[in-house]
Amino acid sequence: MAIEQDEIDKIAKLARIRIDRQQIGEVTQRITEILGMVDQLQAIDTTNVEPMANPLDATARLRTDAVTEVDQRAVFQAIAPAVENNLYLVPKVID
Amino acid sequence: MQWETVIGLEVHLQLATQSKIFSGSATTFGAEPNTQACAVDLAMPGMLPVLNEKAVRFAIMFGLAIGAKIGKRSVFDRKNYFYPDLPKGYQISQFSDPIVGEGKFTIQLTDGSTRKIGITRAHLEEDAGKSLHEDFHDQTGIDLNRAGTPLLEIVTEPDIRTAEEAVTYLKDLHTLVTYLGISDGNMAEGSMRCDVNISLRPMGSDTLGTRAEIKNINSFRFVERAIRYEFNRQADILEDGGTVVQETRLYDAEKDETRSMRSKEVANDYRYFPEPDLLPVVVDDNYIDALREQLPELPRQKRERFTLDYQLSPYDAGVLSATRTMADYYESVATGCGDPKVAANWVQGELLGRLNKHELAIDACPVSPQALSGLIQRILDNSISGKIAKQVFEAMWLGEGSADEVIDAKGLKQVSDSGELENMVDEVIAANAAQVEQYLGADDNKRKKLLGFFVGQIMKLSKGQANPQMVNKLLAQKLAP
Amino acid sequence: MHTKTVAQLAVGLQQKDFSSVELTQCLIDRIASLDSVYNAFITLDEQAALAAAAAADIQLANGGSNPLLGIPIAHKDIFCTAGIRTSCGSRMLDNFVPPYDATVIARFKAAGAVMLGKTNMDEFAMGSSNENSYYGPVKNPWDTTLVPGGSSGGSAAAVAALLTPAATGTDTGGSIRQPAAFCSITGLKPTYGRVSRLGMVAFASSLDQAGPLARTAEDCAIILNTMAGHDPLDSTSAEAPAQDYTADLDNSLSGLRIGLPAEFFGDGLDNATAKVVEASLQEFEKLGATLVDVSLPHSKLTIPTYYIVASAEASTNLARYDGVRYGHRCADPKDLDDLYTRTREEGFGDEVKRRILVGTYALSAGYYDAYYKKAQQVRRLIQQDYLDCFEQVDMIAGPTTPGPAFPLGAKKDDPLAMYMEDVYTLAVNLAGLPGISVPAGFVAGKPVGLQLIGQHFGEARLLNAAHRFQQATDWHLQHPAMPEGR
Repeated sequence: MAIEQDEIDKIAKLARIRIDRQQIGEVTQRITEILGMVDQLQAIDTTNVEPMANPLDATARLRTDAVTEVDQRAVFQAIAPAVENNLYLVPKVID
Repeated sequence: MQWETVIGLEVHLQLATQSKIFSGSATTFGAEPNTQACAVDLAMPGMLPVLNEKAVRFAIMFGLAIGAKIGKRSVFDRKNYFYPDLPKGYQISQFSDPIVGEGKFTIQLTDGSTRKIGITRAHLEEDAGKSLHEDFHDQTGIDLNRAGTPLLEIVTEPDIRTAEEAVTYLKDLHTLVTYLGISDGNMAEGSMRCDVNISLRPMGSDTLGTRAEIKNINSFRFVERAIRYEFNRQADILEDGGTVVQETRLYDAEKDETRSMRSKEVANDYRYFPEPDLLPVVVDDNYIDALREQLPELPRQKRERFTLDYQLSPYDAGVLSATRTMADYYESVATGCGDPKVAANWVQGELLGRLNKHELAIDACPVSPQALSGLIQRILDNSISGKIAKQVFEAMWLGEGSADEVIDAKGLKQVSDSGELENMVDEVIAANAAQVEQYLGADDNKRKKLLGFFVGQIMKLSKGQANPQMVNKLLAQKLAP
Repeated sequence: MHTKTVAQLAVGLQQKDFSSVELTQCLIDRIASLDSVYNAFITLDEQAALAAAAAADIQLANGGSNPLLGIPIAHKDIFCTAGIRTSCGSRMLDNFVPPYDATVIARFKAAGAVMLGKTNMDEFAMGSSNENSYYGPVKNPWDTTLVPGGSSGGSAAAVAALLTPAATGTDTGGSIRQPAAFCSITGLKPTYGRVSRLGMVAFASSLDQAGPLARTAEDCAIILNTMAGHDPLDSTSAEAPAQDYTADLDNSLSGLRIGLPAEFFGDGLDNATAKVVEASLQEFEKLGATLVDVSLPHSKLTIPTYYIVASAEASTNLARYDGVRYGHRCADPKDLDDLYTRTREEGFGDEVKRRILVGTYALSAGYYDAYYKKAQQVRRLIQQDYLDCFEQVDMIAGPTTPGPAFPLGAKKDDPLAMYMEDVYTLAVNLAGLPGISVPAGFVAGKPVGLQLIGQHFGEARLLNAAHRFQQATDWHLQHPAMPEGR
């Protein structure tokens, strides 16, 4: 299935990945090839086949409600790129 | 043109668990920024979620309380979008297989009528962190304490038709969840947040109009105002022949208006898919039945029981069962003193009055139900009058002791000894010859009024402690034998 | 010392033939002298390694007997190691020093093993040649013009070049087994859920699994004993208790039924490689096993199925890399969008970006059913093929790869050709089964690996079969020549 460049741009925006205008053609072609390979799946009859999310079809184990973590703010913020007043900084978000 | 308002509400309820839904961090409100955000909450590399059993339990309890279908096999999904308060770049939520399915929630309006509001579903998800804009010039500061707090998102069908119904729904929902003990439902603290979906259509039409979504309203009053504002805004547009834009809006409390949320306008394709780090949650009938048995008496059941067993009016029953702690308090007093009606008057009147004045919740009440019960018993056995009881209550409120202790200490016991009372009556009659003359010459009606004067004198003389019924009788006898 | 296996080293340490410090120093010296050729390591902390060795020596003196006590192990740079940079082969985490250990790492520490260093890998485990690393490609010790395989290329090369007796790796589509085959060592991918994923940087959550790379199956068994086990902090961790994987190593293979899928020996398999594999299968017959022809009808679909599932999961697992809380952050972001897009553009390499785009596409509105959901359904059909085979046979065998190691640069610009490298290994991850690759011979001096695939939680039997094979053959004892004059 051929993918249009503007679709790639839309997907790239969703994924917050920037694609160089120089490379957009090549990237589009590559993705098209990969998705072309994937199209083989369409021919397979999967009526009534349950999708497999976990290879062992296991079910959830539940954790007892208890506080097990302590304040490690200093340790975690020591490796953060931008922190002020104990808050993580990002460029201003306007709502 | 007559417009019908069509409203659906989405409530995000923070569940009152000790730890977060997918990590062992504390959920205490008001902690210093980022002191309750562990590696899992911070989405550090390699970190994995583990589901909190209590969140599952609380969700199912809610479902059982509204008679909803319980999702015996519910699945968590990733809801993908980028935002700084969402560390993983996706929120773990439930999309196609929620833990609670369809149910019905009955609300009671002020005129006593009830309406059944359809609940579409309720699902578990994690809360995001908080963005703080104020202190920073051109930056935003992110606090991730709240990231990972368990939320139950409760979605109604578009069955609500007025602002009053919306507020009633929220209040009744608040009552239910506090009864169940699954949330403190505190809108001001953000543990209960409401999104309002509102559209208009011509009265009589059955197709839905285009709706606007007003997000994250955090008080009953604002919900009401936002609905009124939106109604006017949309009606104006439609009457001018325009179309309402489907969009997300914010309610601005200061300006009392809603406005478009620009940043969320970018089309978001959430790309939901089953969360591979968490496996499907399977609960069996045993688990569900055990929870059903452990459900406390629900608000409506309690209200009905109070009306029946204690002969309370629907209004009184409503007030006294508004919260579980209030209901337990009242019931304790009612059974303790043996007179539910008097108990109702006292709890609703003196007690609630004082609590409201001091802005205290019932669980911070300085007078225990046993103590109040004791006081009421002294009224019922004529030890003190209702009026004196209020004095005693004041003293009890200030911590001066039990009813008996205060009555003793202040010598407030009602005088009911006929001998003593007779002496007082004689004294007052002797001291007020002119009024006695008037009384003797008056007709029945006037006599009733004049009697009041004498009663008043005796009350003064006895410092309010004379038994009023006996005084009345003695006066009537002595004045006109 | 450096040619000894883990089992032999454990004996040597117990017998005080040498100390852990001596052993560790020897390997540190070898790495310093040789690794510039192979580029197998990203981070070395010699002081920490020697300190751990010294501590182990004290425990050994006090009678400590854990089989890994004092044994140096190299760890793929995908495992978070507290206080030591964990880059995942990427610029995105070039400056990331985790404050926590992965569960697997903690288990090694508890066993008294010595962490030798962090090995090179394809960025975020995406690759089959270790050419996608921010830290440069790894060279195959058998022929440095060839790739070592990937994504655990650094670990495989380090073991093959005798820089470490053993290493850890991760396998999402073949990333332990394929480099093990290319480098003529033994590599095991356990059953999904057998080893904890906590603290292991996630690529594809329902496929990732950590495992050992070493020179013998026996060593892999010893190491698996330390790695395996339930972790309550990993919801996908199996509750079935771990066994002693060394207990059955010497069991007879008489009566063992080995299935040979037609699809593993058909088109695409290099002739010379086929011959090597067939010869090694005869060894199994000599050991008492029966070879049975079987079929895995959906084999052709494993590549597309894997790519959709893995890319979709990866696209969301990598969304957390946004420059906000750790890792790379672009300089002077103009606004939020700029912060995200420029950080991710600078931090991720081309293959990672490609897979994120494919994955995002597969999950996007309108395509979810056709791509992701479809792939998860076909996945079940693929697993069913194996389960059906296991009604007739105990394990499945075939070549690990369609051919031996290829030259550096040969497939870098052809992603589809690169994906073909994993054709025999991918389904094992999709089905969650255990798989092991053992050295089986050479084709023109280039190593060839034999893959054995077992039933769920059948690691013990796999290791047993591999071990008996290694007792009857000596491919695994051969070492590459060292660079001139070293």
